[in-house]
Amino acid sequence: MESRNVGSFVMPMGQQTQANKNKRTISSYVVQFRELGLLFFILLLAVLIQMRNPSFLTWENINDLITNTAILSILAVGMMLVIITRGIDLSIGATLALSGMISAMVVSHFPQVHPLLVLLLGTGIGLVCGGGLGYLVAKIGILPIIATLGMMNVFRGLTYLISDGKWVSAHQMTTSFKFLGTGTLFRINHLIWIALFIYLIAYYFMGHTRTGRQIYAVGSNPEAARISGIRPERTLWLVYVIMGGLSGMAGVLWVSKFASAQGDTASGYELSVIAACVVGGVSIAGGVGKLSGVLLGAILLGIINNALPLINVSAFWQMGIQGSIILAAVLLNAIVKRGVDRNHLMRRKV
Amino acid sequence: MIEPRVLAHKLDFSWKRFFLQWEWMLVIIFIAINVMNINLSEYYWDYDNLRDAMMGFLDKSFIVLPMVLIMILGDIDISVGSIVALSAVIMADLYTMGVPMVLAMLICLAAGIVCGWINGMLIVKYKELSSVIVTLATMIIYRGIAYVILEDQAAGGFPEWFSFLGWGYVGPIPFILLAFVCFAILFYLLLHKTVLGRQIYAIGNNANASRYSGVKVDRIKIFVFVLAGFMAAVTGLFLTARMGSTRPNIATGYELEVIAMVVLGGISTAGGKGRMIGAIIAIFLIGFLRYGLGLINVQAQMLLIIIGLLLIAAVMVPKLKIKRTQKLRKT
Repeated sequence: MESRNVGSFVMPMGQQTQANKNKRTISSYVVQFRELGLLFFILLLAVLIQMRNPSFLTWENINDLITNTAILSILAVGMMLVIITRGIDLSIGATLALSGMISAMVVSHFPQVHPLLVLLLGTGIGLVCGGGLGYLVAKIGILPIIATLGMMNVFRGLTYLISDGKWVSAHQMTTSFKFLGTGTLFRINHLIWIALFIYLIAYYFMGHTRTGRQIYAVGSNPEAARISGIRPERTLWLVYVIMGGLSGMAGVLWVSKFASAQGDTASGYELSVIAACVVGGVSIAGGVGKLSGVLLGAILLGIINNALPLINVSAFWQMGIQGSIILAAVLLNAIVKRGVDRNHLMRRKV
Repeated sequence: MIEPRVLAHKLDFSWKRFFLQWEWMLVIIFIAINVMNINLSEYYWDYDNLRDAMMGFLDKSFIVLPMVLIMILGDIDISVGSIVALSAVIMADLYTMGVPMVLAMLICLAAGIVCGWINGMLIVKYKELSSVIVTLATMIIYRGIAYVILEDQAAGGFPEWFSFLGWGYVGPIPFILLAFVCFAILFYLLLHKTVLGRQIYAIGNNANASRYSGVKVDRIKIFVFVLAGFMAAVTGLFLTARMGSTRPNIATGYELEVIAMVVLGGISTAGGKGRMIGAIIAIFLIGFLRYGLGLINVQAQMLLIIIGLLLIAAVMVPKLKIKRTQKLRKT
């Protein structure tokens, strides 16, 4: 302690920062290169899988993989917002099923309705679900986990009640509706275009609009945000509405892609979405999260889901592997955070 | 000159406060549900039917007891349903491999304890992580291991005496009810009559203050999560005995029902508040509601909605009350 005190007194400014730079913890490097590291890991994984099964890195398979990941990545954007505000949303699988079921029934009863209108309808249903949920969390102040657990049951139950337990299957849907999820534009699936579009909007929204920055502010310190004139309740509510809208839209896309709507559509899908966010570096403690990380996280999960059958790993391992990834990512985040905090302490003048 | 505030050691007993407790509210709802059910169906108020219904819903009530402790600590455990499945699957798999049943049952309980211990250790070692995300991850992992062990098969063929756990009677009383009453008394004593119980309340109110006053916060947290794992394994035993076989997908969604019962029982989600007796009443309240609605052929999905709404209503009512008093204070 004594020597450092003297050192900081004697040393000119430039040299001092130089000396402190040498003392950085490994974690601070990890934070800086987190996305790169994840990308590197994905590439490594791809090479390993390719060595086991050469059909992995073919155009068809990669196209399939990204198409299958598109819905996951759309939902991950919404979940990122929710987790940044220190919340969690377990109801998205049920919202997705509800909006998917209603739009599938609309399509089967009124085949002349334009698919884009159905997409709007599904998004609207999601917005309503999210609005109700947001009201419970933001205005009444129920813990997000409790509120979303409860609403998950309500939405799932509604899905069964509306459909009377029946499925809406492929032959009841119009070709134009199925084209929404399976058709291509410039050889690339519509789902991928939609996901790209959403990522572009989200990039602008999170980085360059006032509301987007307010979401980060509310997440990192709600009290400070309130004092600086942000209304945290409004921001929180908005976040759940966006999440609901995205899952409603994903519901329509899901039904259109798989050409079937069931009562148990996407049950447990929320866990994959949370996994994608956490792997992508979104901190459960709130306030931290990047779109690039979330996208990479979604792709990593997509690769794992796609590649397990290719390298002859039984599908029953999938759940365990996914859980382990979540746990490892969460623990890594925590350890890195500790290192960063220690780094800040070290750089502070004593 | 300001007089120092003197706190009484014990609150004076007042009838008003006694009857304004949440538990009385639950008793009233409970009676109302029973009256409603008796009017809805003539088969409801029948000892044999009630007894059989009780045997049906009491299995998950074992998890409610430790969940009360966890939520008073201010934490939550959503991995319990998966622990039920994993411990039951391990037991069934060992038994089909030729391990004696008694040993397999002991290993089942041990598996539950290990699962709970892992939860507790993770939560204590990584304090910056909330228990929500830790148990969410272990929930997927435990269920995943259960799938790896048994894939999509069912394992069964247990000895005759094992089904006694799920179907047996001691005199006119079902064995499962007897076991539940024993555990309920034990947990009641643990929470309300021991030092440990008081310390759990203290941690739930202010973990830092309790640590500075010498409460071993970490050790107590781990112990409570181990208890939850153990009771989940007990549930696994009873559930398997009742169904006669087990699958990796048993007990899905139990965590929701258990949390609903605990919250309905008046235990605050913020920690530090609530009593064992409320949760116990809530178990029977939801159980009888479900049984009564089942008698008049209400769909299972409708029940899902009702339980979800009950859960939200139960957390909403106290919040709204707080909001109103805050508003009154401001004006």
